Amino acid sequence: MTFALQFTIDVLSLGGAYALMALGLVIVYGILKLVNFAYGELIMVTGYTLFLMGGSGLPWLVMAAVAVAMAVVTGVLTDYIAFRPVRAKSITAVLITSFAFSTLLQNAALLFISPRPRNVPLPALFSQTVEIAGVITPVRNLVTIAAAVVLLAVFAWAMRRTVLGIAMRAAATNFTMARMLGIPANLIISSAFAISGLLAGVVGILWIGRIGSVVPGIGSEPLLVAFIATVIGGMRSLEGAVLGGFLLALIDTSLNYLLSQELLKFRDAFTFGLVILILLWRPEGLLKGPATGQRT
Amino acid sequence: MLELTDVEVRYGAIRAVRGISLKAEKGELVALLGANGAGKTSTLMCIAGALKAAAGTIRLDGRDVTSATPEAMVRNGVATVTETRDVFPDLTVAENLTLGSYIRRSDRAGVAEDREKMFALFPRLAERYGQPAGTLSGGEQQMLVIARAILSRPRILLLDEPSLGLAPVIVDQIFEMIGVLKRSGLTIVLVEQNAAKALAVADRAYVMRLGRIAASGSAAEIGATTDLGALYLGG
Repeated sequence: MTFALQFTIDVLSLGGAYALMALGLVIVYGILKLVNFAYGELIMVTGYTLFLMGGSGLPWLVMAAVAVAMAVVTGVLTDYIAFRPVRAKSITAVLITSFAFSTLLQNAALLFISPRPRNVPLPALFSQTVEIAGVITPVRNLVTIAAAVVLLAVFAWAMRRTVLGIAMRAAATNFTMARMLGIPANLIISSAFAISGLLAGVVGILWIGRIGSVVPGIGSEPLLVAFIATVIGGMRSLEGAVLGGFLLALIDTSLNYLLSQELLKFRDAFTFGLVILILLWRPEGLLKGPATGQRT
Repeated sequence: MLELTDVEVRYGAIRAVRGISLKAEKGELVALLGANGAGKTSTLMCIAGALKAAAGTIRLDGRDVTSATPEAMVRNGVATVTETRDVFPDLTVAENLTLGSYIRRSDRAGVAEDREKMFALFPRLAERYGQPAGTLSGGEQQMLVIARAILSRPRILLLDEPSLGLAPVIVDQIFEMIGVLKRSGLTIVLVEQNAAKALAVADRAYVMRLGRIAASGSAAEIGATTDLGALYLGG
């Protein structure tokens, strides 16, 4: 029983973080049909903003809010710098500019801050543990679960109940038709990048909360995780990204418990092996997303 | 009101529309007829702003709108119903209609009133209000996209092949609807392969062939002088 609870908390907290990461990536992909390879750097920006404010003496929640806001700003900037100038031209160009923007941000961090890990200020809460029904678990895991539940609920509500959310869902299935109803392309794309930045910012804080420090390459693992989760879940479906995130966390956590000490080093190989099996079974991902073909 | 002068549309090296000029006056229903591949849809998409004109000008009330974006054209009062219908299949009927009134979303009372009018006109849509649009039949989807276009309160409606793939009884209903819209004073540009039906509601018509205007005149003239059967075959 205690094991079951422990396992559930582990899966849900890791899965919550993975799901938010994947959602942040897929919201932009859904509309532009392009993977934003500078996505991981949004997490890096969050970390360094937190680090730079370390000595400011501001309350931690204010610092966290500023760090998330910086991720949102950087997300929107990604669109203006890397995507918008070349969007109409070629997909390859956008792929390269998004890589370039990612490298540029990483190198800026290397050059102006340090290649070495920098400690970020974290509230004491993040290093405390709590006992629930005989299970000792870090409080940050519960914070992650709560943050994921709240954000996913708000996100689901906004996508169904606000005009902008409905317009974004429409734009994800048929961008040209959405524009022919008067929905401005730039507003939709900027909103997607802003939401992507918001999710990355929150995940960034939770992610860095696990590690305690930030390095220039911190974004590469979340980017990979988000990418794999969306591929498993189905690139064209928001629900799929969330499902993929939780599934990937389930696989990772199960392997953590199942594999012996020597094999644990190769956990990623086992994870990717399972991902390949899932994709052989469902090449389009678990959820196919809305049909794009119309009835005639 | 709407005036095209020597408009060309290209897809890479292919010239789909090779310099056409046409006009639609206020309240007029202009039909654009021709075989598959004549350039009718390209012309319409070019007016809507979804395709860029390679040459020529498009004027709306004398103002040059040749390079306007699709969203700007909607704000200029041009609504489009595409050939492929393009309902948002995973959005409900209600959500599809909400997006139709996107540009006037602050006018809540007016939108609600127009919505009721649309439901009176198309009772099927009211019945299927909360259902995903992808589950509607072809005819219902056609009604939905027409209602969605009207909710932007356009001055000009571009209708692309509203009868395509629909049962004859539904086609009759759709054309009845087009007549109602025309009588309400709306300017309509209608692309249609069903030439007889189109000419019955149109004031004037243009016949396109291989990207050019082959004939133009009043609907009666075109009906009398053009071999409608040959139109389909591109003759």
